[in-house]
Amino acid sequence: MRYVDEYRDRRLVDKLVRRIASTAQRGYVFMEVCGGHTMAIHRFGIPSLLPGNIRLKSGPGCPVCVTGKSYIDRAIAYARMTDNIICTYGDLLRVPGSYSSLHEQRSGGTDIRIVYSLLEALEVARQHPHKRVVFLGIGFETTAPASAVGIMQARREGLDNFFVYSSHKLMPPAMEAIVEEGVPIDGYLCPGHVSTITGSGIYSHIPRNYGLGCVVSGFEPSDILQSILMLVEQMEDRRPGVEIQYRRAVKPQGNEKAQQYMEEVFEPRDDWWRGLGILPQSGLGIRDAYAGFDAEKQMPVEVETRDDDRGWICGDILKGLRGPHDCKLFGSVCTPFQPVGACMVSSEGACQASYKYRSFR
Amino acid sequence: MCLSIPARIRDIEGETATVEVGGSLYRAGLQMLDDVQPGDYVLLHAGFAIQKISDREAQETLQLLREMGELE
Ligand code: SF4
Repeated sequence: MRYVDEYRDRRLVDKLVRRIASTAQRGYVFMEVCGGHTMAIHRFGIPSLLPGNIRLKSGPGCPVCVTGKSYIDRAIAYARMTDNIICTYGDLLRVPGSYSSLHEQRSGGTDIRIVYSLLEALEVARQHPHKRVVFLGIGFETTAPASAVGIMQARREGLDNFFVYSSHKLMPPAMEAIVEEGVPIDGYLCPGHVSTITGSGIYSHIPRNYGLGCVVSGFEPSDILQSILMLVEQMEDRRPGVEIQYRRAVKPQGNEKAQQYMEEVFEPRDDWWRGLGILPQSGLGIRDAYAGFDAEKQMPVEVETRDDDRGWICGDILKGLRGPHDCKLFGSVCTPFQPVGACMVSSEGACQASYKYRSFR
Repeated sequence: MCLSIPARIRDIEGETATVEVGGSLYRAGLQMLDDVQPGDYVLLHAGFAIQKISDREAQETLQLLREMGELE
């Protein structure tokens, strides 16, 4: 077992597709709220395999895409302060801020480093005791524990030149907001790796309050198709609930150790999402007990943000109201090489996935 | 960002493991997991092992799919 190829078996895939077709007595629309799912769905051409009455939509599941310009503007302000080094996951580099991007700043000579892991950022801080190292902490419940571990580690080592600028976000409030906005969907393909950390209980109010199906899915073709089948069965049997398809990695209670780190360092706060606006208690701020590592508290800056997505429909894409092909900039003005909107910047964004794999849905 | 990949643990040194993904080696923080050993598969996410992959569950899921009867 390598936990990859087995789930790409063509016979399994075909069988699942036939089973979905014979089970679904009416049309269904399901939404994935994980950038990893968006990518996998396009890459494996899942929409073209599905019967015509089953449609998939992307939701606000790409952390880079939902991050606002004000976050980028502020990160740039930090980057411009003398003695600062910015460490970031590569995805954020090309996201347009109001006036510039981190990529442009970097080309201009600002010290912005791409790291694969927060552990590398800690290493940079150790090597440069006279500089201030700011790590750009973005991502959902999957990445927030890593930032928490890093902050706790920095405290243990007495690294007083390490800071995190948190834009970590929580998935459930966004999933509720989508339903409250009246986006017509029948169920959620719940994010597998978020659930690895949180467990599946965080979705239980969605079937209960809104009657939508919820299945926590893995990322290989047979995982995704099996999850769609489970959603169809839930809806056909009129028993929407929360089920885990991705059982090899997700336990109902999640990873409790990771949850404890998150709880220790972060607390929920209101946060802004592209497309959805401000959602109550949907973001994670650093607790006062760790204020010494909080870039926002230690380096106050004023930034002037222009959040004007003129003529673009990135917001609607993230809500699942429209698809990439509905945007008049798609593929002409806005491409992965010259992205205009955030959904084209990230490999997990609906627009880039759609462009790269030439898929239409 | 949201990518997590199955990786096999080669060696463990303190809180860090060397893990293997398709022949390439990476470093992974083990802070979030208890009792993992060389040979175990874990999910690697942004430099951390975030969960041990359960072989039993993996086999069961596949078995279930293979045995799944066809409706038509
Ligand atoms: S094509 Fe570009 S501008 Fe249009 S919605 Fe997609 S990312 Fe936004």
